[in-house]
Amino acid sequence: MTGTTTFTNARIVCPKGGEREGSLTIAGDVISGETGKGETIDLGGKLLAPGIVDMSVFAIDKAAFAFGGIVRVGLMPDQSPVLDDPGLVQRVAQMGKPDLWVHPIAAATRGLEGVDIAEMAINAAAGAKAVATGRCWIADSGVMRKVLAYARECGLTVIAHAEDGGLANGAVATEGETATRLGLPAAPAIAESIAVARDIALAEDTGARLHFRQVTTEAGFDLVRRAKARGVAVTCGISPTHLLLSDIAVSDFRTFARLSPPLRSESDRQAALAALADGTIDVLTSNHDPRGPEEKRLPFADSLPGAAGAETLLALGLGLVRDDYVTLERLFALLARNPARILGLDSGTLEPGKPADLIVIDRDKPWRIDTGAMAAQAGNTPFDGLPVQGRVLQVMKGGVTHYRAAR
Amino acid sequence: MPASDHRPAAVLNGREAFPHRHLTGIAGLQPHEIMFLLDEAEQWVDANRTRAKSDHRLDGLTQINAFFENSTRTLLSFEIAGKRLGADVVNMHAAQSSVKKGETLIDTAMTLNAMRADVIVIRHGSSGAVQLIADKVNCPVLNAGDGWHEHPTQALLDALTIRRRRGSIAGQRVVICGDILHSRVARSNILALTALAAEVRVVAPSTLMPAAVEQMAVTPFHDFDTALDGADVVMMLRLQNERMSGAFIPSTREYHLRYGLTPERLERAKPDALVMHPGPMNRGVEIVSSVADHPERSAVTEQVEMGVAVRMACLDVLTRGERGVEGWA
Repeated sequence: MTGTTTFTNARIVCPKGGEREGSLTIAGDVISGETGKGETIDLGGKLLAPGIVDMSVFAIDKAAFAFGGIVRVGLMPDQSPVLDDPGLVQRVAQMGKPDLWVHPIAAATRGLEGVDIAEMAINAAAGAKAVATGRCWIADSGVMRKVLAYARECGLTVIAHAEDGGLANGAVATEGETATRLGLPAAPAIAESIAVARDIALAEDTGARLHFRQVTTEAGFDLVRRAKARGVAVTCGISPTHLLLSDIAVSDFRTFARLSPPLRSESDRQAALAALADGTIDVLTSNHDPRGPEEKRLPFADSLPGAAGAETLLALGLGLVRDDYVTLERLFALLARNPARILGLDSGTLEPGKPADLIVIDRDKPWRIDTGAMAAQAGNTPFDGLPVQGRVLQVMKGGVTHYRAAR
Repeated sequence: MPASDHRPAAVLNGREAFPHRHLTGIAGLQPHEIMFLLDEAEQWVDANRTRAKSDHRLDGLTQINAFFENSTRTLLSFEIAGKRLGADVVNMHAAQSSVKKGETLIDTAMTLNAMRADVIVIRHGSSGAVQLIADKVNCPVLNAGDGWHEHPTQALLDALTIRRRRGSIAGQRVVICGDILHSRVARSNILALTALAAEVRVVAPSTLMPAAVEQMAVTPFHDFDTALDGADVVMMLRLQNERMSGAFIPSTREYHLRYGLTPERLERAKPDALVMHPGPMNRGVEIVSSVADHPERSAVTEQVEMGVAVRMACLDVLTRGERGVEGWA
């Protein structure tokens, strides 16, 4: 891969450097500092952006990731078996190459059981880029403190699930009118802020780097905002589901809208949009979790949480740009630069010397999300039928084109 | 007991009177549709009091009662209702231990469908399960209770009882007391009674009160005595055994102290207030025997009687399309 290619007539968006019209040259598998060399490809004004680094996914789903312009994913440890062993971590790290780089996120505790600290240094040497509590909360504050302190020594960020286990136990919805009308077991929204408050206090105490996979409530954002102002090394993510849907979406027992954490009230959704706009939120992630009918075509409380989000992530993100919540530059900070930084990856921007992980986007192309026509392993999207704009035309990983959209 | 003097204001014909394929809940029903079912039930109250109780309008139709959760009274009531209308009634007891959750529920529904059931009555432990099945089968489905969600025929029989005993439902002050949080009876009754313009008060300790319940047009109370002031109807709910000892309330005797319906407490309600309970009762816990068995005040046995009539009405109305009744096909 020594060829040099220059993309001309592109609308280039870099999370570090902003938006500009012009050209970008890649030399072999990296972005070049010199421009105008080698073969020339006219992009006809299309968007050229860094490939998406999807911070937290629950399954390796290459077709969905390619469709969505995702070149790197952080794979959550909630696999079967749990990613708490170097052999498993190493194997997972090789699974997507060359077109998809899977960055394993190892379990913070053995078996994700919240009791014993997992082998963080060994797993990091095997390729783990962070450790996580998985879909669950570590109930024992003593254990969580040790996890944070130990992860800090290993140079790893701890990715936490922010839901107090006692309050959320058995709950499948957020307390409120919708859950009350449907008769669903529900937890109060403060289940999140209690967990956020505790983990921030522990992170502050230990000096560890803490990332909340999802913060979704006003009280949770307030805590993160204030902690950041104090200089605590805390970051947080969200997925488009909680920015665009409130708990009303579970009316009629729609299991595709059963998520973890559950969808929140409209006022919390508005707070999430505000936190996105003011910079409190660092990462936009798909939380991609494809689940077939055997896990979703069930009574609501018996179904499993999660949504297939990889192929709708970019289009829904571009909608947030269109609605003026974020700039295009900031969208790619949320989708590429920040997740790369948190996971310690040398990627996510278009600076010279960075890997040539690029996507070409037709940002105006209209299409309709269709649960029956998804590239993902399962079509469990709560956005079925929603018209969106923006489609990935081409995906390059390390300068090699691995995906081109069908015309 | 006199039949109520209620008569519908406007008579809608045929399917317009009740344009629903299933009865999955009270939510989604218009007030006049609820009234229509109550009006239809009146004839069966009368018929059930005669010696020869059989009617033949459901002759040749198969009614399957698929109960995924244990039930004695409701199952019996649906069985009697179907048989009195001439249906071939089959009961499927599928305790959730034997019929696995999951795809099996849909599979069970498809099996019942393939056996050409003409009407299916379902009780299931999960909220929304009945709707899930209704979407998959080709015949009318009646909800006999799904999780904490709805129990529409219970609300209809309660409404019929109130209408017959109090003359009307509109303007009645109805106090519902007990485990509102986990109660499908409470939810369906709230929906039906508020739709019919009753004033509904719900009473429970905060541990058994659902969040934002006031959004359902009811007034929540934690103090039973205050809520009882001027009540026309006092509806007590059953407290499930597993919720009695510590998890939601400290003990049955403490619950009785605060929420037990005693003769002294009932004094706060109107002198002729009606006492109701969906059964089975925990005597000495949520209600004392002298109140439960009060000859003038208690409507508990009448509720059971109305249950059969209401279920006959629902089975009749929902199968009219299949039976080709004029105006309903």
